[in-house]
Amino acid sequence: METTASYNDKVVRQFTIMTVIWGIVGMLVGVLLAAQLIWPQLNFDVPFLTYSRLRPLHTNAVIFAFGGSALFATSYYVVQRTCHVRLMFDKLAAFTFWGWQAIIVLAAITLPLGITQSKEYAELEWPIDLLIAVVWVAYAVVFFSTIGRRRIKHIYVANWFYGAFIITVAVLHIFNNLAIPVTLTKSYVIYTGVVDAMMQWWYGHNAVGFFLTAGFLGMMYYFVPKQAGRPVYSYRLSVVHFWSLIAIYMWAGPHHLHYTSLADWAQTLGMVFSVILLAPSWGGMINGIMTLSGAWHKLRSDPVLKFMIVALSFYGMSTFEGPMMSIKTVNALSHYTDWTIGHVHSGALGWVAMMTIGSVYSLLPRLYNRDGMYSIKLIDVHFWTSTIGVVLYAVSMWVAGITQGLMWRAVNDDGTLTYSFVESLKATYPYYGLRLVGGLLFLAGMFIMAYNVWKTVSETKPAPVAVLDPA
Amino acid sequence: MPAFWAWFIAAGTIVFVIWCVWLISWSAKQGPQNKQDEELVGHTWDGDLEEWNNPAPKWWLYLYFITIAWGVGYMIAYPGIGAFEGLLGWSQEGQYEAEMQAAADRYDPIYERFAGMEFEVLAANADALKLGASLYASYCTTCHGSDARGAAGYPNLVDGAWIWGRNEAAITQTIMQGRNNVMPALAGALGGDTGVDNMVNYVRSLSGLVEADAAAMSVQPMFAALCSACHGADGGGNQLIGAPNLTDDAWLYGSSEDDVRSSIVNGRNGVMPAHGELLGAKRAKILAAYVYSLSGSN
Repeated sequence: METTASYNDKVVRQFTIMTVIWGIVGMLVGVLLAAQLIWPQLNFDVPFLTYSRLRPLHTNAVIFAFGGSALFATSYYVVQRTCHVRLMFDKLAAFTFWGWQAIIVLAAITLPLGITQSKEYAELEWPIDLLIAVVWVAYAVVFFSTIGRRRIKHIYVANWFYGAFIITVAVLHIFNNLAIPVTLTKSYVIYTGVVDAMMQWWYGHNAVGFFLTAGFLGMMYYFVPKQAGRPVYSYRLSVVHFWSLIAIYMWAGPHHLHYTSLADWAQTLGMVFSVILLAPSWGGMINGIMTLSGAWHKLRSDPVLKFMIVALSFYGMSTFEGPMMSIKTVNALSHYTDWTIGHVHSGALGWVAMMTIGSVYSLLPRLYNRDGMYSIKLIDVHFWTSTIGVVLYAVSMWVAGITQGLMWRAVNDDGTLTYSFVESLKATYPYYGLRLVGGLLFLAGMFIMAYNVWKTVSETKPAPVAVLDPA
Repeated sequence: MPAFWAWFIAAGTIVFVIWCVWLISWSAKQGPQNKQDEELVGHTWDGDLEEWNNPAPKWWLYLYFITIAWGVGYMIAYPGIGAFEGLLGWSQEGQYEAEMQAAADRYDPIYERFAGMEFEVLAANADALKLGASLYASYCTTCHGSDARGAAGYPNLVDGAWIWGRNEAAITQTIMQGRNNVMPALAGALGGDTGVDNMVNYVRSLSGLVEADAAAMSVQPMFAALCSACHGADGGGNQLIGAPNLTDDAWLYGSSEDDVRSSIVNGRNGVMPAHGELLGAKRAKILAAYVYSLSGSN
């Protein structure tokens, strides 16, 4: 195979375009769900549109379709550029694209039909799980073979994070989904009781830690220095926080199971290592922000950098919030409330989506042989729309969550509860309204992006990019 | 926990903590010691990607170290390192028991005051009813509603219709032990659609919702054979077995033709969960008196 003629940007383009499309689909479902919480009749008494079936569709679409496509696109782009070789195995890379899209379509069909393993973020049934495993192995082969063929000795930091993400997600996916099939659409997971719960949250939290954190840190480590035109702030900081992050994230899962039948020692380890995780997480934020530091003037003219700095800020905020919420005393207030929803979305919208959006805006012109996006002005409009959206979303859910937590634990002088559950629900409605507005704004931003992307890619024809010789 | 796993977990925990500490000390010694030195590592990727080797901020290293030190301290105080139970002897069961005991010490005297009171007196005592209303709001509103008017399948507690009877024993038993109230499915026994239609009309005629025509009256022998054992020959119900009165205007599952037909064709299975362990006898008595006070006799 000719590894030095040109980069394989076709598969990158495909995944990049699908990132925008799946982002719109996933967030549209999210907005519908937010509206259903205020007006339940919006399920129109159609089983496929009920909250219970659309909720896993929303989470799968935004995490694995939107986030996943963004990770495939950027990792394929970054690994070629930083290894100075063409991506290995064109056909296998094409298979990962079509395979991943097929998985998403299967998810979009089976989840509304109610076909589910009932494991959060791992709802898909066993035939789809097998397909995921095959596509993922192909992904690993393409990625690591490209690393193996690199023409520069040192492996760039972004690839450490992408590599850790690919390996760990394979392990998580396979072990969490071990199940005994009964029919084509029904299986039973092999774990029972509290072991099942522990496996589920070992998987669930590392899906956050490796899929939504390590992978996107890989994205950050390439696109932030590129866009800022400055060197990464500290090589050794990246070493420390990389090895700390991947070592410690593995332990954090039990903090989802505080005060349950999970053994005390496991709860303690989940909490202690979650707190220790604060500094390693912030290492990534510091390295990103300090890389931008010194290029602050560029924020005036480059809205793409604005997306990145806000993404890093939200990353720092939610990785402070997470360790705090994992402390039993705080968790006793926050668990089962909308605070958790606020926390997840400040990570998912504030960090993951903002970093993705910034990276796509940075990437797309290069993929389509242009100097820049169709409209810088529209990027700026998108930036403000989504920033206001995510702030409204996070703040409304924080207030809602703390309100719920305080109302649930309030007791009268006679030991009875001050509020019935339905009163706490009633108190939540105004915040549900505010959250819906936030979600709508974020979705509107995605439509602005789609228009900008369309105008950018429809006016030009992509040209092959020659592989750069190492310096 | 088997000894092997206890040691395995303890070893894993300690190794990872040491790993973090080693990383911190390693990084502190590498490269230039202050930011002014800004020294490039010397690799270049993709044309212009380079790296400085600035020291990690001091406050960040301290933060990292402090969280580790705190974590080690926590694991010495609380169960965490393998089978070691921690110096404080804490367990979540222990915390639960202690909190329950503290609540009992604080709140039980409030309910103790009413323990010896006659039920009828209690049901007229303003203080007891206030307590009862609080208990009702905590434990009952989810099904019976904050206005106690219930919903389809959840009895209305203010309409004066008493399925199990309006007395201390019946209400207390409902609260403490719960109820499982089963109506069997009877479509087969009624010989299909025509029989069911006629029975629906007959049952609805008992409370005057419709005039019974000749066809409806023709199922009277069927009513006597199939229904009267529980609901009584005249449809007046039987509080001893919780069989609803069919002649009044209270309808647990609705009074429309479709609702009544569904009860007959599919049967019904009403469940009131037991609250005995949750409430204890003293609270249950006050709650029973409150429910008693909600409506007059039927």
